[in-house]
Formats: sequence, C-alpha cells, structure tokens
Amino acid sequence: MLAGYPILSLVIWLPIISGVLVLATGSDRNAPLARILALVGALVSFAVTWPLWRWFDTQTANMQFSEFSSWIPSFNINYHLGVDGISMPLILLNSFMTVLVVLAGWRVIQNKVSQYMAAFLIMSGLINGVFAALDAMLFYVFFEAMLIPLFLVIGIWGGPRRVYAAIKFFLYTLMGSLLMLVAFIYLYFQANGSFEILAFQALPLTMSVQIMLFMAFFMAFAVKVPMWPVHTWLPDAHVEAPTGGSVILAAITLKIGAYGFLRFNLPITPDASHYLTGFIVTLSLIAVVYIGLVALVQGDMKKLIAYSSISHMGFVTLGIFMFNSIGMEGALVQMISHGFVSAAMFLGVGVMYDRLHSRQISDYGGLAKNMPVFASLLMLFSMANSGLPGTSGFVGEFMVIMGAMQVNFWYAFLAASTLIWGAAYTLWMYKRVIFGAVTRKEVAQMQDVVPREFVILGVLALLVLAMGVYPRPLTEVIHSSVSNLLAHVAQSKLP
Amino acid sequence: MNFGMSDLMPMLPEIFLLAATCAILITDLFISDQRRFLTYLLSLLTLAVCGWLTFSTATGITAYTMHGMFIDDLLSDTLKLFLYITVAVVLVYSRDYLHLRGLFRGEFFVLVLFATLGMMVMISGGNFITLYMGLELLSLSLYALVAMQRESALAVEAAMKYFILGALASGMLLYGMSMVYGATGSLDINHIGLLLQMGVANPTVLVLGLVFIVAGVAFKLGVAPFHMWIPDVYQGAPTAVTLFVGTATKLAAFAFAIRLLAQGLQAFSVDWQQMLAIMAVLSLAIGNVTAIAQTNLKRMLAYSTIAHMGFLLLGILSANVAGYSAALFYVVSYVITGLAAFGMIMLLSRRGFEAENLDDLKGLNQRNPWYAFLMLLVMFSLAGVPPTIGFYAKLAVLQALVSTGHTGLAVVAVVFSLIGAFYYLRVVRLMYFDKAEDTHPITPAFDFKILMGINGLAVLALGIMPQPLMAMCLYAVEQSL
Repeated sequence: MLAGYPILSLVIWLPIISGVLVLATGSDRNAPLARILALVGALVSFAVTWPLWRWFDTQTANMQFSEFSSWIPSFNINYHLGVDGISMPLILLNSFMTVLVVLAGWRVIQNKVSQYMAAFLIMSGLINGVFAALDAMLFYVFFEAMLIPLFLVIGIWGGPRRVYAAIKFFLYTLMGSLLMLVAFIYLYFQANGSFEILAFQALPLTMSVQIMLFMAFFMAFAVKVPMWPVHTWLPDAHVEAPTGGSVILAAITLKIGAYGFLRFNLPITPDASHYLTGFIVTLSLIAVVYIGLVALVQGDMKKLIAYSSISHMGFVTLGIFMFNSIGMEGALVQMISHGFVSAAMFLGVGVMYDRLHSRQISDYGGLAKNMPVFASLLMLFSMANSGLPGTSGFVGEFMVIMGAMQVNFWYAFLAASTLIWGAAYTLWMYKRVIFGAVTRKEVAQMQDVVPREFVILGVLALLVLAMGVYPRPLTEVIHSSVSNLLAHVAQSKLP
Repeated sequence: MNFGMSDLMPMLPEIFLLAATCAILITDLFISDQRRFLTYLLSLLTLAVCGWLTFSTATGITAYTMHGMFIDDLLSDTLKLFLYITVAVVLVYSRDYLHLRGLFRGEFFVLVLFATLGMMVMISGGNFITLYMGLELLSLSLYALVAMQRESALAVEAAMKYFILGALASGMLLYGMSMVYGATGSLDINHIGLLLQMGVANPTVLVLGLVFIVAGVAFKLGVAPFHMWIPDVYQGAPTAVTLFVGTATKLAAFAFAIRLLAQGLQAFSVDWQQMLAIMAVLSLAIGNVTAIAQTNLKRMLAYSTIAHMGFLLLGILSANVAGYSAALFYVVSYVITGLAAFGMIMLLSRRGFEAENLDDLKGLNQRNPWYAFLMLLVMFSLAGVPPTIGFYAKLAVLQALVSTGHTGLAVVAVVFSLIGAFYYLRVVRLMYFDKAEDTHPITPAFDFKILMGINGLAVLALGIMPQPLMAMCLYAVEQSL
C-alpha cells in the first residue's frame, strides 16, 4: 500500500528537525514562537505516525514499513528500519506523549524555553529510532543518544537535587548499555560480519555464550525497566525532573527496557531465557510486592508514583517471562496502559505543583472543594493505577495474572496482591490530597484546571477508558508478533 | 651512485617546508612588531603549499628514496595532510591568545614549523636514524615552545621536566635501536622486518631491544607508566602550545609507533602485544581515575589524553590491518575533538585571564549557548557517546579487539570508559546546570568563530556520517602495510 514511502524515517527525523528549528529561535525573547513551533512540530510528527496504524497488516509478524540503506559499509552497519506489532504501538505512544509534554510545559517553563522544547522533540525522534531500528548498531546509537537530551532536561529544569539525579541517571544507564555494546560486537563476528538484529536472532549459540549475552543485555535493559535492585536511579530522576521529563521517563523510556527484553533477550538467547526464568520472575515479584510496599510509605507524590511505576513494570517483566501468549500480550497491554496512566498521574501532580510548588502529600488536603473537575479526573487515573475493571490498568494486569496462573499458582497469587498494594497506596494518597478538610489557606486559593490542562487530562482519560472497555484494536495489532516470538523462543538455539 | 631529481620528488613537501621555514626565520628578523602578522600569514601559506604538494604528489604507490631512509606511502600522505590541517587550525586558534600575552613572536611560528617538519620526517621515516632525527627535531622544538613564556615559573618547570624525561626516553629508544641493530645488522625497518620473519636474528637481544623501543614509543605517546610529563606540560605550557602538543604530535607519535612496531617488528608482535596490553590498561586506569580528582581543566584533559592514548594502544595491539586502521581512525578523531576542546579554553581566556579551571566553564550555556553546545558535543565525543565521532573511534577499536580474541580487554576498556564518562559529564554539568559567575562576553575573532563552529560540528557530522573518514583510514593502512 505505502511501499516506497519512508514513513519511519519521517517519524524519526521530523521531530528532530523541528527540534533543531525550535532551537534556532534562540533566546527567551522568542519564547512564544518557540512554543508554537514546538507544538506544530509535535502535532505534525504525531500525524505522520497515523499511516503506521492505518496500513498496519495485523495478519503478519514480519517487519513492516521496512527501509534499508547502507550507512557505514566498512563495518556493514545499515540504516535498516521496520516495525512489527510490538514496536508500532510504542512509536504511536511516544509521538502522542510528546504533544502532551509540549502542552504541559507551555506555561510552567519560562526559562530557556526553546532548549526545553527542542530537547523533547529531539528525544522523541531518537526514541522512535530506538523502536524502529533493525540494525543493532543503529539501535545502540539511538539508545545512547536519547540519554543526552534527557540528561539535560533533568539537569537544567529539575528540582533542587537535579545535578545528582541527572548524573546518577546517566551513569546507571550508560553502565548497562556499554556491556550490551560488547555483546553486539561479539554477535557481529558470530553472524559473519552483520549487525542485523534478525540475523542475530537466527544465530545458534552455545548455552554458556547465551548466558553471558543474556546477562549483558539484561544489564542494559534491567536498568532501563528498572528492575529491582537497579531501580534506585528512577525515584531520584523522577522527583527532580520537571513534569515533562517525568512523563517521558515513565511513559516511554521505561518501555525501552521491556522492549529490549522482547527484541534481544528472548529471541537471541531463548535457551538462556528459559534457564534464567526463575531469576527474572523472582526479581519481578520482588518489584511488584516489595516496591509496592515501599510506595505505600512515601510522603512525596512524585516518588510514590515513581515507585508505583517500578511495581507496574515488574508486572511487565513477569508477563514477558511467562512464555505464554496471554501473559506476553498482557505485558504489552500493560506497557501501553502504564504509559497513559503514569503520564496522567505525573501530569496531575504537575497541575498541583504548579499551583502550590509542593509535592508533599501532607501539604495538601481538601482539594475536592475548589478543584472539583481536577479531583474527578484524578479519581479516574487513581482507579486506573490501582487496576479497577473498566480502566486500561485492569486489562493488562488481569492478562498477566492469567498468564502467571498457567505457570504457577504462587506466581499468580503474589502478582495479584498488587491489586491490593496498588489500591492501597494510590487511593490513600488520593484520599489525603483530595478529601478531608482544607487545612491551609493556600490550598483554598488553588484554581481548578484551565482549558489547556483539561484537554491534556481529558484526552488521557478517554484513552484510559477506551482501552479498558475495548482493548481489541491493540491486542489485534500485537497478536501475530507475539505468537511468532513465542514460537521462536520455544525452539532451542543450541547448536 | 646515481642521484637524480626523481629521488627528491617523494620528499618535496619536506624540502619545501625546510626552505620556507628558513625564509620565514630570516624575513621575521626584518619586520617590526606591528607587521608580525605577515609571519603568521606566511606560515599558513607554507602549510597550504605543503598540503598542495603532498596532495598532488600522492600516487598511492609506496615510494622509497634515499636508499629506503624515507618512505612516501599513502599512510604518510594521509597523516601529513591531517597534520597540516591540524597545525593550521592551531595557528588560527592561537593568534589572539598569543597576541594578548606578548607571545606573538616569530620564534613561535618558526618553532612550530620546525616541529612540523620533524613530525613529517617521523611519519615518513624508513630507517631508525631518520625516525630518530625526526623525533629529536620535534622534541627540541617542543622544549623551546613550552618554555616560551619565560616569566612563568610553571612553564619553565614544565619545560625542564619535559626536557629531562624526554632526553631519558630518547636515550632508551636509541639503546633499544642499537640492540636491534646488533642483532640484525640493519637499521632499515623493512629490512629488519624481513630478517625477523626469516628468523635469523638472536631473539633474546631483540626482545631486550624491543622493551626499550616500546618504552621510548610509550613516552612519546604519553601512556602509563611513562605519562608523568603529560599533566605538568599540559598545565604549565601556554595553552597555544598545549593545543599543539595535545593534538598534532599525537599524529606523529602514532606514525612512529606504526613504523617501528608494525613495519619493523611485526614478527615479534606476540611480545609487544603483551607490553602494550599492560600499558593500555594502566593508562586507562590511571588516566580515567586521576582525571576525576582534577580541578584544573588543562590537567583534566591531560589525564584524559593518557586514557585516550591507552585506547589507541588497544587498537595497535590487535596487530592486524583492522586494528591499525582503527587506531588511525582513533587518533584522527581524537585530534579533531582535542582541537575543539583546547580551542575552547583559549576562547574563554582573555587579556589577563586564563580560563583553565573547571569552574571557569560554569554557566557557559547561559553566557553563550552556541559554544556550550559545541563543548557539549566535544565532551560526549571524548566520553564516547553516540552520535559523536568519539563513539565510532571506540567502536572500531573494540571491534578490532574482539576480532582478535581480546574480549576481556574490550570489557576492561568499556568499564574504564564508564568511569571516564563521569568527569566529562561533570564538565557538561558545570556548563549547563550551574549559574554563570563570570559574565564577560565571549568575543572571538571572526575566523576563530567560523573555524570553531566547523570544528565542533565536525565532531557531530562525522559521528552521523563516519563512513568517508573510516574508509579513508582503512584504505591508507591497507595500501601501506
């Protein structure tokens, strides 16, 4: 249908080019222009992802919208792009979130506006590149390059301890990815001089090599997910990042880790993946239960949502390593749903923070009185975060629990306990912030959401409900790719 | 013995440079301080003509002249062309800096040109004697350059240190060469290579000689444990000289290592590989860890250089074409990045103020976002983060390492580059996350501004499109070795 049109290249490079244009507006005297240009850039970049959805063939697990051209022939590195049912929804999610992030920073960011907007647009393009790359080195370049804008976003516009958080974030993620680089180079020689991810996936490897490679990839992606015990960068980065940074971190960059498991660990080292399932499942369940409990005692709202993200991502890794269709599809649904819900929660905290400049739960109380619209929207998102049926949060969690049940009752039992922890920490926070008596006069003066904020949160609310009631369009898209992946993983690659 | 014009053709650029430098030396005597600009222009013109001569006489065929004392191959032509460009950029970056410090004198240009001549001889040396002569011409010019700021105690100390350690290293090198001569009876590197392959020489004497030669090469590259002079010289010398020492000489030191190790002693690669491996790991460790503790920007970059030269050794120790071309690519990309880094220090310096502490970079994004962005690219390139050229340099070296079965070394290199990333990030942090304390406007000359822009963006552009440079390095090495 659309063969020959470089849609994926547009999806990657349009935001980057608009980011450079926004950067060119220069100082804050041109801030209004920078904002409008950024919004137009983000909207157009989102618009060009529409053909991906419209002409996506749900019947095949092959890579679609492929593009191929030689990039660095000396090392046989190619500019090879393509999407399947796993990566396409993530690209859509990312491009959509960028629009929201630009809107969310509209009034709040008054300092170095052009740099802020440009960083997000460029990052958006680079993340699309991560999801679309089919050449390992191309993937690596995008994977690393996106750290630079995120590092700057946290460090320049973040909170008081932003420098510490930014450097911790960067070094943690760099540590993981450098080992992956060595793994790529090793695979390059095994695959007779090719960096094609699909060639890596077809490669027979001995068990010991598979385990080493698995660990190298695991280091890179576990830090990104983040899995317990390498999660400690996330609360710091989230708390100190500006709202937009938190949204992108939670909604998108965490998904890169899970995507990496699906694209690299499972298909390249299937035997090691089966062998190490117990290890991953243990870490995932620790994340679900222990981090859920940690979230319960947080006094800082952003920190609470950050821990809740780690707990939810534990669900994703659990679902992936159940090696059955419903668990893996559930993990993917959970990834998309968590993208919407965590973004909405962070944006909600952002709305409150912009008015009172505090993230402490104890500084609030009784918001329902003068912010009724906001209170009802946040109610919906809190319910989704705790996995209430009818919201998107329920679908993914339910599917993962079903998948876990097929494998082991106790996995499912422990995983299901998250419905209690999730409800406990989210709703308790909601109760303390929104209900009760108005304790401070600053709170009494807080204005309800302005139209811009209403649009952002309203769109997310609709999506959360739509996905909760009718998730089929999404599951249809991912189904073929997941079946294909499972079939591939079921076959031993031992020589 | 027949001796015709055709024997002189391969060394035409050297002959021209020598003649032109002597002419500049004499011309400079007769011009007043106000007209000193003429010396500067003549120097640039000389480099341009040298570039044209090298380019137009490059045939791609390896030519030997003076009975094999002088080699003109594609590798030497490539390195020389990069050398001219580097020296020219050094001169442009240095002009205003030297002016403001009263160092804008004829000696500077003449010494730089003589040092360049020395490096060209090193690049093309086919014989121990030629290589040594080139090295001494370079070193003597550098000692004088480092000491040029007579009233600065630091500079004099640095020059003294450099001179004593340099003389020692030269002595070791000569000693090693004499042993190899004793074992093989030849000074010609190709002839030695042939003899070693046939296995006619006494291996004990040879290996002993090899140790001294490797030590001499290591000193010139500045890798641990022969790195002591680097931090002091980098910090003590005027920044213009640091820029020259930190960039151009690396090209020559690389050629020197390739001529001696790859061309002369390739048959003994198993022996020197082990030495190189130890030195490389030591350099990566000492360079990266010590750099964290530095507060002086020049000193930090000095330790960073040590680490980078360690990485370069990793490329050479693969001892095959892929490894040598990776090392060549590494050194060229390091030079491009280093030029921008030291250039930025001079950009921030002004009359009576040396921007040499890390804190002088504070809030650069607030003072001038454009230069902050360029410095950001430079720092990420030094750290080896894509999409900058520094990443591909590291990738090429790692790939050469893994292909020769040194996966363990590759992992060590990667771990130390993670440690290294910390101090490069600190520079970015100072520029972007901290408030500016110094609010003087940054007003470089027009040509400086343009060149710095090109230089900084080259770090990014070559990172997005590394293929031409990579292919060029591979081709040059393939044709020459």
